[in-house]
Amino acid sequence: MTLLTMIVKLAEGLGKTCAIFFLTLLFSLPLGMVVALLRMSKNRIVSGVTRFIISILRGTPLMLQLLAVTYGPYYLFGAGVARNKLIPVVVAFAINYAAYFAEIYRGGIESIPVGQYEAAEVLGYTRLQTFVRIILPQVIKRILPSITNEVVTLVKDTSMAFTVSYQEMFTIGKQIANSQTSFTPFLVAGVFYYVFNGVVDFAMGRIEKRLNYYQ
Amino acid sequence: MKIMELTHVKKSFADATLHVLKDISLSVEKGEVVAIIGPSGSGKSTLLRCATLLTDMDAGELCYDGIFAAKNDENGRAVYADKATLKQVRGKFGLVFQNFNLFPHYSVLKNLTDAQIHVLGRSKEEAEHRARALLDKMGLGDRGSAYPCELSGGQQQRVAIARALAMDPEILFFDEPTSALDPELTGEILKVIRALADEHMTMVIVTHEMAFAREVADRVIFMSGGVIVEEGPARQVMDDPKEERTRQFLRNYQR
Ligand SMILES: Nc1ncnc2c1ncn2[C@@H]1O[C@H](COP(=O)(O)OP(=O)(O)OP(=O)(O)O)[C@@H](O)[C@H]1O
Ligand SMILES: [Mg+2]
Repeated sequence: MTLLTMIVKLAEGLGKTCAIFFLTLLFSLPLGMVVALLRMSKNRIVSGVTRFIISILRGTPLMLQLLAVTYGPYYLFGAGVARNKLIPVVVAFAINYAAYFAEIYRGGIESIPVGQYEAAEVLGYTRLQTFVRIILPQVIKRILPSITNEVVTLVKDTSMAFTVSYQEMFTIGKQIANSQTSFTPFLVAGVFYYVFNGVVDFAMGRIEKRLNYYQ
Repeated sequence: MKIMELTHVKKSFADATLHVLKDISLSVEKGEVVAIIGPSGSGKSTLLRCATLLTDMDAGELCYDGIFAAKNDENGRAVYADKATLKQVRGKFGLVFQNFNLFPHYSVLKNLTDAQIHVLGRSKEEAEHRARALLDKMGLGDRGSAYPCELSGGQQQRVAIARALAMDPEILFFDEPTSALDPELTGEILKVIRALADEHMTMVIVTHEMAFAREVADRVIFMSGGVIVEEGPARQVMDDPKEERTRQFLRNYQR
């Protein structure tokens, strides 16, 4: 196999890697906010249960969660394993990352001084307006560096989809490496991941700069 | 005409035996300037927070312009009105905080217009017109596009006063508006408040600036240990207090 064919095959896998990446962010970023709000609920049971679920998601390997979501339904209910593995993979990633984002959101929300809420309340903002107009924009600015960290990790974590043989870049690289007894596909994939993260870093840096209009 | 009336307010926090406010009553007439003085921990801020619905009273009644925000039930516990009524009541007053609490992600102009637009339902043009007039009045006509972090403490506090005034409150509360400022900046805030007093803005001011209270207030209230120890015309309370505790407190402030 020539280097070029190898690169083409890996690039095809990169498309699926991107699919995992973008779909995970699309679902986990908003889901994380819902989880964060449940975690901060005044209802002890709601916040307690949410806290427990978050601790499980953060305290067990993502690989295990991938296996559980993909094959769990088969072992539990004898249901068929999804043909398109993208669905269970994205579900597992989105839930796992939502747990991490939730904790970041929570830290951000709790770091906003109570005076901001009080000023808004006295001015007559509703609770929803206060959150959307006053609190959330400040939270986003504060947590962006932590979000960037998670997003960079996600780029690399997509490779874990190989555990359920979803044909993303790393899985393909591993297959080629086995059949050709060569380490080259791993090096090529490594370069792809590195460039991918370069783009992510650049994009997040731009967003951070745009939010730098106040300090 | 009474703008605001608080009657028999009682308040304690986590430690229910420690009464921060012990049966305090306070009413304010339209156009009146009231200064509240007293030692640290006497309950001045708590009283203001009860009046502005930031802290719930245990017992007592609160009424603005004939609208009750809270009334006692048969057991003498304060019961608050429904959401719609409280929203209406919130439109009656404004509050200026010790540490400004401006919205850092909004420009000065937007700090003044956002609530006008989204709470009062004013048009953007109308809100900006009002905001610019107030900024001019505060001597900040050229700072509308600045962000709060770019301003001095004194300028920030003037923006905070303008933000409160933009909502056209009938009464404005101040909790130690100069305490977070460097001494050389307190003058500009006192000047603004003095100008508002000259326009007969109804105000309740918690302050440690004794000379200012004496000069600008119609009535001075001296609080200590959660009760009103003495109140009366400013000069009379400040120059010739009847109570020994007031005398002692004022003596500590003389240089
Ligand atoms: N949220 C709270 N929880 C518990 N105790 C509180 C709370 N707020 C105030 N207190 C207590 O209530 C008492 C009165 O506090 P308050 O802030 O009203 O005093 P103050 O007269 O404004 O004092 P200062 O001049 O220092 O501002 C203090 O003993 C304070 O510790
Ligand atoms: Mg105070």
